Parts: sequence; C-alpha cells; structure tokens
Amino acid sequence: MEHSTLHQAHGTFASYTLGFVISIALTLAAFALVAGHILAGGTLVFALVGLAVAQLFVQLLFFLRLGKGTKPYWDLSVLYFALLIVIILAAGSLWIMQNLNYNMMQMSSEEKDAYMIDQ
Amino acid sequence: MTIDHPHDITPRVTLGFWIYLMSDCVLFASLFATYAVLHGNTYGGPSGRELFSLTFVLAETLILLTSSFTVGLAMLSAYKGRRNQVIIFLAITLVLGLTFIGLELNEFVKLVHDGNSWTRSAFLSSFFTLVGTHGLHVTLGSLWMMFLIAQTFFDGLTEVVLRRLLCLTLFWHFLDIVWIFIFTIVYLMGTI
Repeated sequence: MEHSTLHQAHGTFASYTLGFVISIALTLAAFALVAGHILAGGTLVFALVGLAVAQLFVQLLFFLRLGKGTKPYWDLSVLYFALLIVIILAAGSLWIMQNLNYNMMQMSSEEKDAYMIDQ
Repeated sequence: MTIDHPHDITPRVTLGFWIYLMSDCVLFASLFATYAVLHGNTYGGPSGRELFSLTFVLAETLILLTSSFTVGLAMLSAYKGRRNQVIIFLAITLVLGLTFIGLELNEFVKLVHDGNSWTRSAFLSSFFTLVGTHGLHVTLGSLWMMFLIAQTFFDGLTEVVLRRLLCLTLFWHFLDIVWIFIFTIVYLMGTI
C-alpha cells in the first residue's frame, strides 16, 4: 500500500475522531438552543444556521478531507461552483416568491409602489 | 498490494463522482428552496411544530452522524489493508444506516396514519419530497454497501474495490451533510 496512488490524502483515526466529536457537540448545541428555549426569533435562526454551516466545514475538512489531495484542487473548484448555484437557487427562489406573494395581495398601485421602494 | 502503474484512473473516477455529488447537492438545494417557500402553506392542517418530535429526530441525527464516522474508519482500515476490519466497520455502518431508514419510515407511517400525508398540504408535500429524497439516497447507499461488503469479502481489497469504497465513503459523508441541513432547517426551525 506504500505505493498507493489513491491521491485522497487519508486522514488519521485522530482526525476522524476529532471531526466526529466536534460534529456531535455542534448538533447537541443546536438541539439545546431550541429545546431549552435559550434564544428566540431572529437570533435563534441566525445561531442555528451558524452551527449548521460550522458543522458543514468541520465535515468537509475532517471527513471529506477537501483540499488535502494533490494540486490542482479540482474538487474545490467544483464545490465552489456548486455552492454558487445553490445560493442563487435558494436565495433567488425565496426572493422571487416573497415578491410574488406580496403582489398577489390586495394592494392599490400606490401601496405596491411604497412596498417596492421599501425593499 | 501495489497500485503504481502510470495510468491510474482513481483520481479521475473520484473527481467524476465528486461532480455527481455536487449536482446532487443542487438537486437538494432546489428541494430545500421549495420547502422554504412552501413551509408556511399548511392549508389549515398541522404545522411542523405540531408534528415533529425533536428528541426522535436528534436520535436519527446522531445515528447518521455515527455511521458517517464508522464509514470513515472503514476507509482508514482499507488504506491499511485490513480487510476484516473494513468488513466490520462497513457492517456497523450498514446497521446504523438501516436503523436510520427504519426510524424515518416509522415517522412517515405515523404521519400518513394520522391523516397528515403529502396530500394534506403544500407544506407536507414539500416535507415528504425533501426528507423522502434523502431517505431514498440512504436506502440506495445501504444497498450499495451490502454489495461492497460482499465484494470486499470475496475479492479482497483490490484496486477496484478500494475505488468503489472511496466513492461510497464520499457518498455517505455527503448524505450526512445534507441531513445536517434537514435537521436544522426542517426540524429545528420548524419547531421554533
């Protein structure tokens, strides 16, 4: 196996365990925030998204070991492109549908103008 | 065993598989976006707050997370050429994966039985589509794992088996990452 050309530089038991422990801690923290009613409203949503994104990075680094292979990092380029599409898709859908919802409401054209200016 | 001939295709295969995973990621993003748009449209039916049990979902999450860890350990054992260890870790991962699917099916059956199937509201349609698509991925991954356990057992850790194992590991880690977002966006935020 010394001559293995599986370029995915493999992790160690320690790095996997560390990733696993951090992931469990982040999951339990997110659960505790909701179950224990520690935060509320926008702050809670913000904290939950933050914890999920943190866990995404932990697993990308410790489990998928991105950027640990040989250069050039094609896998990273593909990931960045996919993330770009994901952000456009998700944020764009929410943005458009929210505007559509408002345009379906019974509003006079003046009220609509005022709403669009507010946006 | 040595794999040192100059035309090793493993990096290309794993890159190709990675590109597939990222396209799958875009598929999930569209389902997430659909859910985000529709999650308030309950049509007078129950919302997530009334339907979801957080401790149940936490158990599912921890099971899938542990399986992501054990499939990584299987890959580590494969690099060290320890066939039996690979089979044991894959078997543990498979049991955890099947437990996860069992729990999810249990939740689905309960929802449908209580009259809250995908036909109840737009919210539930998008919920079943998103979570069901993830569950289908885990199911297919489990089938794949069964075949790979058999291949590892009969063929040993050949170059082909290692390559397949690497792809399956990527697939399984990816599914766990998708589940983190289902856990956060659908279940945690749904019960706020």
